[in-house]
Amino acid sequence: MTSPAASLATTELGLRARLDLPRRITLLAAGVIVAIVLLLLVFITWNGVQLFVASGVPVAEIFSPTWQPDAGSGPTSFGLLPFIAGTLGVMAVAAVIATPLSVGLALFMAEVAPTWARRITQPAMEVFVGIPSVVYGWLGLTLLVPYLRTNLQGLGFTLGFSWFAGSLVLALMILPTITSISYDAFLVVPRDMRAASMALGTTRWQAIRHVVLPAAATGIATAVVMGMMRAAGEALAVQMVIGNRPVMPTGLTAPMTTLTSQITLDMGNTVAGEPWNQALWTMGLVLLVISFTFVVIVRRLAGRRIAA
Amino acid sequence: MKRILLADRLATATLWAVALFVVAVLVAIIAHFVLASLPTFSLAFLFSDPSDTEIGGVGPILWNSIYMLALTMLFSTPLGILGGIYMAEYAGEGRLTNVIRFSQELISSVPSIVVGLFGFALFVSATHWGFSALGGALTLMVFNLPLLLRLSEQAIRAVPADERAASLALGATKWQTIRHAVLPVAIPGIVTGIVLTAGRVFGEAAALLFTAGLATPTHYNFANLNLFDPQSPWSPLRPATTLSVFIWKSNSEGLGNYVQQVADMSAMVLVVMVLVFNLASRWLGRALQRRVSGL
Repeated sequence: MTSPAASLATTELGLRARLDLPRRITLLAAGVIVAIVLLLLVFITWNGVQLFVASGVPVAEIFSPTWQPDAGSGPTSFGLLPFIAGTLGVMAVAAVIATPLSVGLALFMAEVAPTWARRITQPAMEVFVGIPSVVYGWLGLTLLVPYLRTNLQGLGFTLGFSWFAGSLVLALMILPTITSISYDAFLVVPRDMRAASMALGTTRWQAIRHVVLPAAATGIATAVVMGMMRAAGEALAVQMVIGNRPVMPTGLTAPMTTLTSQITLDMGNTVAGEPWNQALWTMGLVLLVISFTFVVIVRRLAGRRIAA
Repeated sequence: MKRILLADRLATATLWAVALFVVAVLVAIIAHFVLASLPTFSLAFLFSDPSDTEIGGVGPILWNSIYMLALTMLFSTPLGILGGIYMAEYAGEGRLTNVIRFSQELISSVPSIVVGLFGFALFVSATHWGFSALGGALTLMVFNLPLLLRLSEQAIRAVPADERAASLALGATKWQTIRHAVLPVAIPGIVTGIVLTAGRVFGEAAALLFTAGLATPTHYNFANLNLFDPQSPWSPLRPATTLSVFIWKSNSEGLGNYVQQVADMSAMVLVVMVLVFNLASRWLGRALQRRVSGL
């Protein structure tokens, strides 16, 4: 026989367990995310290192500028430098184009716009961000590239499928990302700070330049980094306008390629297990490293914002 | 002094110009697709089979998009909401919570083409399913889930603490409180989130190239309910090109032969769907809000 005290304890335990069940189930659901991340890391890393492990390509070779993956046409070279440089290059120029426009628009929405104007810009940003990337790519392919090609010839150079076209399409795509995050950064700058500045007799622009912008600087930096992250990872829109030439980028008007474009193009034409295919997985791994680097930068920035 | 005032005017004018420019670009994009498709668009385009010799339609492809969206939502909605409940109601400050949050951040940073590679390795190769709607939907879940999780968590957190306190004070358990006091109030926010993420799922293409594939059965017979028949529109284990993938495919096929016209119209359908999702999420959110607060 169990003592009354002991039986009370067991029923209490049972009750506890039953009350705890929802907690466990919901934790399981949230934990799926962790499982997905781990699986993804394992699969991409495992496949990404096969080029070195199974095919014996030296790791240093991926830093060569020569991409010659076809064993049928001479000695192979799996240099990924053109793709890495292409990805970073197209991303940087896109950020340079998009940042002033985005920050300007965010400033407009936060500081200048009357209510009726904000009622237009806010939904416009949501639609902008919702337009699928293939649509931007298609637009670039059928409208932007032909336009650049025919209308800029007078300037002395031909500009069709190119670094510039890729960056322009990407700039359009990351514009809403940078805008909405920097807009949030402007909103958290306390009203009082603006009021204090203007009470000292400054104009609105002086208040923006000397008070609001410095206060929101970290937020703007975060916005730009998030935009760059999106630009680096974008695949189809870039692939459609960049020209896909696997050489080191030479100039804004020349065709080139990116990590994402090459994966998109070659994945279907290569056979699993051959070095060419393995190199595509290595590119995927490199992309993963690039985007995780951005995550770390964003985290650093967030830490700075809390400290400040 | 004059210069300072002039700078202020100039800055204001510039900011207005930037805003006007960006909105004009958006309007131009939408107008371009509408104008480009209007001359040849008909409702039949939405329902008929694709064709190589005339404009044809995107019926099966549009169906694939809707079908995959439904599959993706079927998998990710329950997980997203339950996970959101955990993060909003149970998760404390601890290592476990940090790991989940960090995972969320990492997964939302992964480029969609890499998610596609992952889906290919897991749901196409490892499972031996080949290109399939199911594999595509599971791949889409990879970035849909973290988004849904975050949006549900936000919606649940936004429920006033009083609601919980009142329920707990009446002697309800934590779960009863969540189930009957918190969730009903959070539902409008959650639904808005679901519809918003649906728009993104609908437009995704890069992750589907190597998972749902570039091909699709045509001549769908909706009376064919055999889930294992690859010709059935209801079968999850068949290749299923979506509308977005279809547009991308057009670019590799050369621009003659109606291809451009068909892709322009498909792009318009896609853009209109995104607009619909956007409006629907606002409208649904507001309508549900009214019902909840009216109760």
